[in-house]
Amino acid sequence: MIELDLALQRGEFSLELALQSSARALALFGPSGCGKTSTLLAIAGLLRPEHGRIAINNHLLFDSRAGVDLAAARRDLGVVFQDARLFPHLTVRENLRYGMPRDATAQTFDGVVQLLQLSALLKRRPGQLSGGQIRRVAIGRALLRQPHALLLDEPLANLHREARVEVLEHLRGLKREFALTTILVSHQPDEVIALADQVARIEDGRLVALEDAHAFEVSSFVPPGGAHAAGAPG
Amino acid sequence: MNLLTHAETVALALSFKVSLVGVVCSLPVASGCAWLLARKHFFGKPLFEGLLLLPLILPPVVTGYVLLIVFGHHGAIGRWLDAAGLSIAFRWTGAALAAAVMAFPLLVVALRNAFESVDRRLENAAATLGAGPWRIFFSVTLPLSLRGLVAGLALAFARAFGEFGATITFVSSIPGQTRTLPIALYELISTPGGEGGALRLTLVAVTVALLAGLIAALMLLRGGTREAEA
Repeated sequence: MIELDLALQRGEFSLELALQSSARALALFGPSGCGKTSTLLAIAGLLRPEHGRIAINNHLLFDSRAGVDLAAARRDLGVVFQDARLFPHLTVRENLRYGMPRDATAQTFDGVVQLLQLSALLKRRPGQLSGGQIRRVAIGRALLRQPHALLLDEPLANLHREARVEVLEHLRGLKREFALTTILVSHQPDEVIALADQVARIEDGRLVALEDAHAFEVSSFVPPGGAHAAGAPG
Repeated sequence: MNLLTHAETVALALSFKVSLVGVVCSLPVASGCAWLLARKHFFGKPLFEGLLLLPLILPPVVTGYVLLIVFGHHGAIGRWLDAAGLSIAFRWTGAALAAAVMAFPLLVVALRNAFESVDRRLENAAATLGAGPWRIFFSVTLPLSLRGLVAGLALAFARAFGEFGATITFVSSIPGQTRTLPIALYELISTPGGEGGALRLTLVAVTVALLAGLIAALMLLRGGTREAEA
């Protein structure tokens, strides 16, 4: 269960968002600058809302009335940033192990490495990886944290076509393999349709619709040769 | 054939010991202050920064005199150190303290720049992976600012090695205890017939300073090249 009720101000931009979703995978969809990444950062604990409440799967992360504001390190969330943010001085293996709990087994590590096909990359440094490989390592690192929910910020952004297909396939695999609550931020309808069960449409910092993925797919349909506002980044 | 006389060798060795101990002792405090300046906003920050830079701005004799007032035999802290048998006035440890104080601002400035050059988004990523502030500092911030740290250490060492005014004011010139290379050089210049020794020590001082400058430049240059490539 995802419960969001938050208000935050960044300069002239204000975000006021309230929603509840029982979807396994919720997408925050909208044009660039609408507030979806700010929402994700607030959930991750990297941006403090003025007031509100954030809870995922009954884990209370933030509640201004109750005075609860868990530090990012204590939220037990797996975050995949748009720019991956792999540690450049560490190998892929060290990046993957960075957030692993102490009691995590070698089997867990091997399982994720196998699932994301990272075995051949373990000794490399991020500077020696392609865009798709970087994204896969970032996903693996977030998974090995063994989080109770996964946050994905534009996981396919800035990837060329082949890398997009490759990463998307892995994300689909994850959805099948892990029963993990996922919040996905995207402005790409195809990405949302492929990965989300429910979609929150956001515009100018406000929720304008909460619809299931099928309804979103229908409303986002772009006739051949036609244009549709839903997929256009702002 | 010995290039230096016994007294000159003793002064050189003492300078190395005093500078090394001074910089190493300065490092943890300088790191903490640099991190605060690079990462935190707080009331009175400009004043705090100004205070940290004071030894760089004040006449070294003033710094030495302040050290004497505080750490001398009758000083506020000095008398307690004396009582505990840890007196530092007129000892090599006092010279190391003077070196540490004089090198401190350079270290703070270099470390602050190094910490500021580290991408904060990487520190945020580490936080989402469960790392607390100490782990983030030692596993992300420090390794990624290592070049700046080495450059800062080299410059601070050179500053400590060349320290004169604060040292002679605070701990005087005691052979084998507080007569560091610059003080020995000054005494040679003031002594008839000391020109040869003064020239030898000058060459040593210039060599050490050049080496430190070279290390700092290489570290900063290579760091800059990497950033440009990234």
